[in-house]
Amino acid sequence: MSYRHEQLSEEKVFKDPVHRYIHVRDQLIWDLIGTPEFQRLRRIKQLGTTYLTFHGAEHSRFSHSLGVYEIVRRIVENFRGQPNWNDDDRMLCLCAALLHDLGHGPFSHSFEKVFGLDHEDFTREIILGDTKVNEVLLKVDPQFPQDVADVINKTYRNKLVVSLISSQIDADRMDYLQRDAYFTGVSYGHFDMERILRVMRPMEDQAVVKESGMHAVEDYIMSRYQMYWQVYFHPVTRSAEVILTKILHRAKELYESNYAFKLEPMHFISFFDHDVSLKDYLKLDENVAFYYFHIWQEEDDAILADLCRRFVDRDLFKYIEFNPGNQYRELMDLKDYFTEAGIDPSYYLEVDSSSDLPYDFYRQGEDEERLPILLQMPNGELKELSRQSDIVEAISGKKRTDHKLYYAEDFINQLPEDSNIKRRIREILKG
Amino acid sequence: MLEDHAKLMAFFEQAQEVVGRKRLQKMVYILKKTGFNFSERYSFHFYGPYSEELSTRIEELCNLGFLVEEKEQEKGYYQYRYTLTDNGTSFLTDSNVDTPNMTALINKMNEQSSKFLELVSTMLFFDNFTKEEVEEKVLTVKSKQNYTEEDLQEAWTFIDDMKKH
Repeated sequence: MSYRHEQLSEEKVFKDPVHRYIHVRDQLIWDLIGTPEFQRLRRIKQLGTTYLTFHGAEHSRFSHSLGVYEIVRRIVENFRGQPNWNDDDRMLCLCAALLHDLGHGPFSHSFEKVFGLDHEDFTREIILGDTKVNEVLLKVDPQFPQDVADVINKTYRNKLVVSLISSQIDADRMDYLQRDAYFTGVSYGHFDMERILRVMRPMEDQAVVKESGMHAVEDYIMSRYQMYWQVYFHPVTRSAEVILTKILHRAKELYESNYAFKLEPMHFISFFDHDVSLKDYLKLDENVAFYYFHIWQEEDDAILADLCRRFVDRDLFKYIEFNPGNQYRELMDLKDYFTEAGIDPSYYLEVDSSSDLPYDFYRQGEDEERLPILLQMPNGELKELSRQSDIVEAISGKKRTDHKLYYAEDFINQLPEDSNIKRRIREILKG
Repeated sequence: MLEDHAKLMAFFEQAQEVVGRKRLQKMVYILKKTGFNFSERYSFHFYGPYSEELSTRIEELCNLGFLVEEKEQEKGYYQYRYTLTDNGTSFLTDSNVDTPNMTALINKMNEQSSKFLELVSTMLFFDNFTKEEVEEKVLTVKSKQNYTEEDLQEAWTFIDDMKKH
């Protein structure tokens, strides 16, 4: 039997709080899970700094990746024998599902923003480069690693295969919504996934949903909407992200000005130099990053030490609602007042916007923007979801955006009571 | 602060107007790939490179009153027209963001169909490949667009011109 089809002598199962069990029968999948690059995902949290708001949110990208694999495994099981589905694509789908987040680094969002990186590039590099993952995939056939990388990159020739991992109703979202809801402890994020999987049908370019399953999909869209505002875009989590971003900026700025760190930031140097090799990238996980944040609290640079203390001790920035549309001049004034008061506005004042977040709402795909969710009507016709569902139409038509102004309130409080600057800053912040 | 918003507004100021969401997505991507410093992250989607970050940022600019989005009904479909408002112009002036001149390139793109811009942006998405590989990849992932040899040649010429700016 070829390696692609080789089965384990007995099925392995992982206990999982979301899907109950994750089933592994294929030797290839078992071997991929055992690689150091996949095991590294245990040391990367799925929700980054969210644990500072919801203390349960300590789950890793490892468990999410297994969850996505399990959902795709169930989908392809259901698809077997259906029109438009070729069962030869099964292993490709399973591998792409398992490995889709392989390139995520520690606190990916902040790191990528500050250092101009893209985890998708690293996913590709891990799959195609000199790694154990590549070694395992090559055993299938020489083209297989490239096919897996193409599916994850969404550039694979078979768009149906791509859509299972990446579309507006894909295994990735179905897992993270449920998993994040479970670990944060919120009561949103729940929907009837079994029902959705049962009514999913393979079509030429994407999986569609039978019209009879519309209400289950409505629930999924609602949970996506609620999780966005209640969890992913929580203002306290955003405050922690702002501080983390500032730490990275400050450390980089100090490095560039030849500051003598008490502890040489070995693991960060290639990031500061914008020359990150795959080897460097894989070495920096969240445990290592945290080690530096601890040590940097003792640095002579007051800003770096203070920001790290804030992050480690969860002494976060305060925030107010802020509308740049009519308060932009006040922001300019605040920057000047902060500078005058000796509080560096580049590190202690920040506007954070909804567009800074790597999560999205459902889009109807008008004007060929992106592909929508399609319902298959009893006569076989395909219709866009929001045209059939009043609930989905109501929430997908709304364009809710949000901006908040973050600042170090304790620094302002420490200014002398009779100071004019303090009074002006407070006036602006209190509106 | 808000530099990324300001950069997009500079784009709209120089474009005067942009018609079509797909067109807008592809224009910003092409500018980004030809060296302009837009921070929006793109990934590959059904209609070529697409940035969710850009879509949300455009919504923010509309909600802030810096940009106007007009929905127009065409034969059997909707399209969207974007123009900068006076408030947007004054925000842009105050923000002091360093904005390079991209007007000529924007005009050049505005003369093309969105289908052609989809082709160009898709080719640029694979710019780490050889020319032959790019063409093969484009014809594979865009098989339904039925791009011809002439379309591809025209797109290469267009890309060369854009890069000469």
